Amino acid sequence: MATLNVLIVDDEPGIRSGIVRILQNYTVDFPFLEEEFDFNLIEIGSGEDAVEYIDSKPVDIVLLDNKLPGMDGIEVLEYINKKEMDCSVMMITSYASLDLAIKATNNGAYNFVPKPFTPAELKTALEGITKNLYLRRMTKELNTSGKQIRFQFLSVLSHELKSPINAIEGYLNIMKDKQLGDNIDDYMTMIDRSGERIRGMRSLIMDMLDLTRLESGKKSREVTKIDLVEIMKISRDTMLPMAIQKGVKITIDAESKEFPYLADRQDMEIIFNNLVSNAVKYNKDNGTVKCVFRENDNSITISVSDTGIGLSQEDISKLFQEFVRIKNEKTKAISGSGLGLSIMKKIVEESYHGTVSVESVPDQGSTFFIELPKLAFKV
Amino acid sequence: MEPFKNKLALIADDDIDILTLETIQLKKMGFNVISAETQKEAEELIDTNKPDIAIFDLMMDNRDSGFILSYKMKKMYPEVPVIIVTAVTADTGMIFGLDSDSERTWIKADKYLEKGLRPEQFEEEISQLLRPQL
Repeated sequence: MATLNVLIVDDEPGIRSGIVRILQNYTVDFPFLEEEFDFNLIEIGSGEDAVEYIDSKPVDIVLLDNKLPGMDGIEVLEYINKKEMDCSVMMITSYASLDLAIKATNNGAYNFVPKPFTPAELKTALEGITKNLYLRRMTKELNTSGKQIRFQFLSVLSHELKSPINAIEGYLNIMKDKQLGDNIDDYMTMIDRSGERIRGMRSLIMDMLDLTRLESGKKSREVTKIDLVEIMKISRDTMLPMAIQKGVKITIDAESKEFPYLADRQDMEIIFNNLVSNAVKYNKDNGTVKCVFRENDNSITISVSDTGIGLSQEDISKLFQEFVRIKNEKTKAISGSGLGLSIMKKIVEESYHGTVSVESVPDQGSTFFIELPKLAFKV
Repeated sequence: MEPFKNKLALIADDDIDILTLETIQLKKMGFNVISAETQKEAEELIDTNKPDIAIFDLMMDNRDSGFILSYKMKKMYPEVPVIIVTAVTADTGMIFGLDSDSERTWIKADKYLEKGLRPEQFEEEISQLLRPQL
């Protein structure tokens, strides 16, 4: 049971005690949250006293008469609004004009109760304001604690994992019932599609594991002196089968050189694999991928350019979010988890204090830049 | 037996495999099928066709594409039954349904189904919606 502090601001003692009588044993509950509220009722006789009270003690709800001697209701409302207090105000007034209503609503009044009111009307109004207040605070809390993001992440994840399972199961059912006859060749498309969905799921699971290791903070990082060119070559070799099928050529500018850097080998593998595999996947047939290493004063820049489908400005703004895959005619046949780039960005920014950026021209290609400080780790 | 011979089904799903599977099944039931892979394509189909039933995936280009399509469909053809299907399920805490009045006021669909239904059940759900017109 939670108790909300309700300020009853009215200059007529009879109205105040009437409101107290109606609300003193009243509770509002939420069946879906098993939370019940009752009300601590505080009587206040003037606008000035209301402001003084609000300044010194916590208040959740204000039932506010507009016509008060001295400081009137709208002024009290303006005061509460200016101080950005986390409380809800309901105006109680017999002089309801459109002008007043607009003024009050602009100043954040939640609702109006016309005088004279019945007990039922007052209770309904208070129930509404309580729910509104509760939900508002709940949302705020979820947003600040990051739960909202977690919640979205999980629901999208379940969607992404279940979709391929549903597809494969559907194809299997058709095959089991021999819906296309006895000739296995007639089912080849379905078998190929199922294989494709399984590959997609595998890459999502691998990416998920990377992300989990990152987020749990438990990823043991082994910082050693590594050769970035060598790691880039391994990424290239990994993507070679697909590159050959598409006729895509991958070049590394520092081919014969070494490019030493202090880092965790696995981190660099994840980054380079993501860059190179995207550059091949989203390339045009017979395109090229160029990997360039550059040494700056205090940092190093690795860039990977492709001659592929490119990205619009709008696409770029969404690109690094989890599970965002740019969906259009050109990308629909390309599989991916939608996690690769967000993982890469996390590693670069959070573990190495580096930056990721992208330049792109639609239909001409994209270049991804990774800038890493020379001494991200001290030995 | 083809109980829905010459009836038209409009389906929209950004998952090409689900679209293929639904098409196979609906055709087996006798439907003619028109399909869309994006919300925009589906909107164009709504503008140019009057189907006997519509089946929309919830998350397509937008996370609420299915709701939007369902709303448009009902505005043009209030009598045509609409099913929203999704792989988003209750175990993630994200529950949609048509069980409460408030949900019925903003979700305009006639049925809300989770993906991965057995084909027989899928057929049964469709039959239920179209039965009065048979």
